[in-house]
Amino acid sequence: MKLKYFAWVRERIGKPEETIEPPPGVKTVEELITWLVARGETYAHAFETPRVIRAAIDHAHVKQDAAIAGAREIAFFPPMTGG
Amino acid sequence: MTENVTIRVQESDFDIAREISALTAGRSDIGAVVSFTGICRGSEDDASIAALTLEHYPGMAEAEIGRHAETAMSRWELSGIRVIHRIGRITPGENIVLVVTASKHRQAAFEAAEFLMDYLKSNAPFWKRVEAADGASWIEARDHDDAAAARWTKS
Repeated sequence: MKLKYFAWVRERIGKPEETIEPPPGVKTVEELITWLVARGETYAHAFETPRVIRAAIDHAHVKQDAAIAGAREIAFFPPMTGG
Repeated sequence: MTENVTIRVQESDFDIAREISALTAGRSDIGAVVSFTGICRGSEDDASIAALTLEHYPGMAEAEIGRHAETAMSRWELSGIRVIHRIGRITPGENIVLVVTASKHRQAAFEAAEFLMDYLKSNAPFWKRVEAADGASWIEARDHDDAAAARWTKS
């Protein structure tokens, strides 16, 4: 699946997107964050306060307990500040 | 997408009069048009700013605004909606966002415009970065924006 990052999440991770293949045990957005954090310091920095991180699956907002099975694109970003 | 709903994300500025005309052209059933324009301020929390840079999530930004526009079309008796959100570098005094709603009577147009702006601010994937004299930083989300969006789910 493809991961996309925006705003300071993108800056902290150091790339706008990547393709990953998480292990089968990673079933929810929350578990995906935990798995990413274990990959390195940049991820740990980006997700250091997980409750502020927003997630979207295939262009729709989801809560962190959402299942990731079948997702083509998952995005992580800070609270939105448009308008 | 419902007829007469237009959503655009663009770098270039918009012409408010032209957007209103596009919504009302050739129609005699519209009695009210409300437009809201969001403009880049020259200061943020009392600190002066040089510019804003707006980042967005291509694809989702349009989809998310579209979902709220559809909700507004079904919740109020509207003749049409236009939403334009700019991205890229925007300096103080420049337009950022435009919401135009048209209806038979004013109340629907007023309420739908406010509903769309409240949802746009807290749910549409855009992020503002501020350029100031002491460097650049991301604007933090405000709790009152979430509260403004939430009030539409209570009634």
